[in-house]
Amino acid sequence: MIDKPLSDVSYEQFLREDKLMGSRCKKCGDVFTPPRPICPKCTDSELEWVQMKGTGKLAAFTCISIGPGFMNAEGFSRKNPYCVGVVELDEGTRVDARIEGVDTLNPETIKVGTPMTVKFLHRGEGIDQKVFLAFEPV
Amino acid sequence: MSKKRKLGRGVAIVGAGMSKFGMFKDRDSKDVFVEAYKEMMASIDKGFDPNDIDALYLGNFTNDFFMHQAHWGPIVTDLIGITPKPATRTEGACASSALAFREGVFAIASGFYDLVLVGGLEEMSKRTTEEVAEGLALASVPYEMKVGFTFPGVFGTLATAYFDKYGASREDLMNVTIKSHNNAPLNPKAQFPVTIRDLMESRKAKMEQKGMPAPEWQDEKDFLRDPAMNPAVAWPMHLFDCCPISDGAACMLLASEDIAKNFTDTPISIIGIGQGSGRGLHAAAELTSFEATKNAAEEAYGMSGLTPEDIQFAEVHDCFSMAELIHIEDLGFFKAGEGYKAVGEGLTRLDGPKPINTSGGLKCKGHPVGATGIAQLYEIWTQLRGQAGKRQVPIKDLRIGGAHNLGGTGGTCTFTILERR
Repeated sequence: MIDKPLSDVSYEQFLREDKLMGSRCKKCGDVFTPPRPICPKCTDSELEWVQMKGTGKLAAFTCISIGPGFMNAEGFSRKNPYCVGVVELDEGTRVDARIEGVDTLNPETIKVGTPMTVKFLHRGEGIDQKVFLAFEPV
Repeated sequence: MSKKRKLGRGVAIVGAGMSKFGMFKDRDSKDVFVEAYKEMMASIDKGFDPNDIDALYLGNFTNDFFMHQAHWGPIVTDLIGITPKPATRTEGACASSALAFREGVFAIASGFYDLVLVGGLEEMSKRTTEEVAEGLALASVPYEMKVGFTFPGVFGTLATAYFDKYGASREDLMNVTIKSHNNAPLNPKAQFPVTIRDLMESRKAKMEQKGMPAPEWQDEKDFLRDPAMNPAVAWPMHLFDCCPISDGAACMLLASEDIAKNFTDTPISIIGIGQGSGRGLHAAAELTSFEATKNAAEEAYGMSGLTPEDIQFAEVHDCFSMAELIHIEDLGFFKAGEGYKAVGEGLTRLDGPKPINTSGGLKCKGHPVGATGIAQLYEIWTQLRGQAGKRQVPIKDLRIGGAHNLGGTGGTCTFTILERR
């Protein structure tokens, strides 16, 4: 039993510990990532934490040439685009994530359906510390 | 099956106006709203007294962020001299003014008001591109922006899902862009009234003038394939797949149907009105469809008793070329996975059997986000009254048109069906 509220704050705390967590409805058994406090399927509010295996496949993606400041600060630019996408986990749910280990200058080479494994990108220090959910090809 | 909805009493549009869309250095939100309002006044051929307006509903997405000024409702009632009439602002991201329109319709349908002004405005051009992107991103789902998604990125992502599922490619998106640009020069209010072909020829001439080697573009697609002319923004979304940053306003006068003819001989009736909500990419039912649009369409078709075949032409929310393909499928104009083929075959051209975005769409007409919903309805109104000039849809007995508006990453969608009776 994990005694943490099923919230985005808790979800991020788990990411900092290199854990990809979701929630499972105790009534209908459906699983959600990120975790939800209320089941959208049966509207029940009895859900519990569940840890995801961290494997799945690339469902869709984009290679971004013009990004927000926090991505530019990591050195991304028109000449060095970054990839983000949607990964469908083996458990059947989806997450939005950064996609590492792909050729963003040749996006035609990146294929939907590619098997992926989770990676946690720790950036910054002190109060600027943050973690990005990422995936890379297996 | 969803409930069959109906209005408590009929509601009609009796006047409409829209400012020119563009980037206006020396004009602010109030100035462009006045331009739209004056045109609306002039469109009410039998005249009206502004003091008879019962209330204002005004859509605005995020002038709070763009202009550091919120609370635009009472600013506008004061601007047009109808204070202390009630003023309510609606916010639904890029669908903000479609929501204002709905609130106006419902207020009249309920019997509470008889004459309502609805409008929308947005002022975006005073900010840098990065600031505008940040402002628009306020309407996304938190998990998306946190990992670095942008709005073009969201639609780029949907495009890769669509390509994979249906076998489409960037070439198919180019057909959407070329079609919108063909309509835009026929719209005197459009921000980019130029065809891709004319743009290509003028670039060619400029390069020749500068003594640069002549480019090898044979047609519009060659031009759009050239990364120097059409760089990637969020692959596969390139510059010419994206709508511009715009200022603009639009407004309409709504009246209960029983008094509509007091204002004009050609009122346009609201016969179907629908809305839906959606989730982000991680939770969406599908990555090639918007559930909010499907719900909106079901409500609007159900209320009107019409089918997609009955909609003679439509404006759909083409914030990105990819979006247009999804919408024309979600609205039932074409089967899922066949929208790109239909566009390729020219079926959505101005002279095709199902003209889409005759205004030039958000891509070329411009997209001042909070004004867009009513600006789309303005195009339908103009076409149904036979006043669209060179871009008049050439279908005989044009009677029924639809407008589809989308907010956020599909979080809010509306579909409205108008009829000339």
